[in-house]
Amino acid sequence: MNLVRLSASYLRARALNTTLQVLLFALGIGTITLLLLATTQLDQRMRRDAQGIDLVIGAKGSPLQIILSAIYHLDVPTGNIAYKQAKEITAHRAVKKTIPLALGDSYRGFRIAGTTHDYVAHYGATMATGRLWQKPLEAVIGAEFAARTGHAVGAKFAGAHGLGDGGDAHEDADYTVVGVLAPSGTVLDRLVLTSVESVWAVHAQHQGIHDIENAAAQMKDEEKEYTALLVQYASPLAAAILPRYVNNNSEMQAASPAYETARLFSIIGVGTDVLRGFALVLVFSAALSVFIALYNALEERRYDLAIMRTLGASPSRLMALLLGEGMLLAGIGGLCGIALGHLFTELTGMAMRAAQQGTITGWIWLPEEFFVLALAVGVGALAALLPAWRAYRTDIAGTLARG
Amino acid sequence: MFELRQLTHHYDGSEVLRVDAWAAAQGEQWLLLGPSGSGKSTLLHILAGILRPAAGSAGIAGQDLSALSAMALDRFRGRNIGIVLQRLHLLPSLTVAENVQLAQYLAGLPQDAARVQEVLAGLDLADKADARPHALSHGQAQRAAIARAVVNRPRLLLADEPTSNLDDSRCAQALDLLLTQAAACGATLVIATHDQRVKSRVAKHHQLGVA
Repeated sequence: MNLVRLSASYLRARALNTTLQVLLFALGIGTITLLLLATTQLDQRMRRDAQGIDLVIGAKGSPLQIILSAIYHLDVPTGNIAYKQAKEITAHRAVKKTIPLALGDSYRGFRIAGTTHDYVAHYGATMATGRLWQKPLEAVIGAEFAARTGHAVGAKFAGAHGLGDGGDAHEDADYTVVGVLAPSGTVLDRLVLTSVESVWAVHAQHQGIHDIENAAAQMKDEEKEYTALLVQYASPLAAAILPRYVNNNSEMQAASPAYETARLFSIIGVGTDVLRGFALVLVFSAALSVFIALYNALEERRYDLAIMRTLGASPSRLMALLLGEGMLLAGIGGLCGIALGHLFTELTGMAMRAAQQGTITGWIWLPEEFFVLALAVGVGALAALLPAWRAYRTDIAGTLARG
Repeated sequence: MFELRQLTHHYDGSEVLRVDAWAAAQGEQWLLLGPSGSGKSTLLHILAGILRPAAGSAGIAGQDLSALSAMALDRFRGRNIGIVLQRLHLLPSLTVAENVQLAQYLAGLPQDAARVQEVLAGLDLADKADARPHALSHGQAQRAAIARAVVNRPRLLLADEPTSNLDDSRCAQALDLLLTQAAACGATLVIATHDQRVKSRVAKHHQLGVA
């Protein structure tokens, strides 16, 4: 016999009430856990993908769209930018380094990105098997792409025009997989990487150039286009010069990943705030139902409490018993809620993976979850405080005398 | 074993209890007699240490109760005093054995399952150890309540109207149990009662008058 068993025996004795209260706690804490896991992972993921990229330059259009298309590969690009103008930016004194991106094709919903080896190096990705691309139409595939399509080194596939599923296939221009990247937890996992020249060559077929190997060399500079340019500043001062320079002196548009993702999060933030508010309302109603149940039960338990006093229990022991009941209930609800939150997150992640946007898993543990559990237990203790105080004040002789 | 001197108590200004002197030796068995309203329950509560008298002194086992802090008094009560109340009241959420074990736990004594079984067996309740209180007959519940009161081998065993509402044969049985259980652990026994049937069974009487 101990306080926990004694508390548990009372919880068992009113099992239906207890189930309802645990459920309320679990739903509230589950929602909070879901939000915590999802936003933490999204935030982490978005930060990692945008890390080290100070500016993205694309065609005129929405800066948010430029960031979404060029960094996260989630949206369609705003258009293309001229090769010569991009070269001018690369040569600008405020620029330390640029990485070009030529987009436009996809394979089974995964994007094919024409770029340079710098792009792989930027994310610190390593090869799982094979090597990086050297010649046109050689492709390196991301880990998630490899897992989902089953392609390995040596596999051939044709890209489809457009970024969704079901575009026209480029029939005579098969890519050959020469390497598979190890999982890096970045956007690279979901991409097919090849040289910019490959992308140009595939599209040059429309202009009647069919010599893939030498297509890029045959094209005039005026015909070459990038989709976007990822820029790293030479110094912090560049932030004051370069965006204005690009926006005022060219048909291109500069977009800041830091600013645009912050803007995006503030938009999503409204939704998560509403959901968080809803979760807190659930936790609050759980606490209220615990309070009401304990308070109501106090009348019928008055004699129980008096008996425990005659058996030698101190008033603080009785107080601890009721506090323990509230905390035990909230603790069980909290644990169920955390488990539920992980399950919800994993289900959300599975739905996102089915749409090729897999960035979230329910199978990670964050230290903040201890705070969530502590929050639940604290709320449970708070709900039991007044009933516990009344138990503390029980007048034994009076209660026994009244019978 | 206990010694009461110049003890008075009152509720709302009117005196409900007056005991000039009453002393008992260890192991003695007493009846506390008096009509309703004579303060039997109040005196029992004072002896149990759950009520502090308005004036006078109560010493139990050489310990002046008024000298104990509230917490020390709770502890003293748990270890030295067993109480069988008129309303037996076993905790409904616990089994019979758990109810008895609770007395060990709340007194801060080591929990001894063998002792619990021994006491239950001695009261013919061995087969009811895992039963819930609501499944017991009145007689079984009374024996369970006695088991709870004697499990810690108290030095003073108090019983409040244990035979009221019982027919003659059950009355005699209940009394036998209390007398034998008190004797088994060497406890001084005080039975508060106004039941005339009990008088002949116990030699020592303390009579309270209407205050």
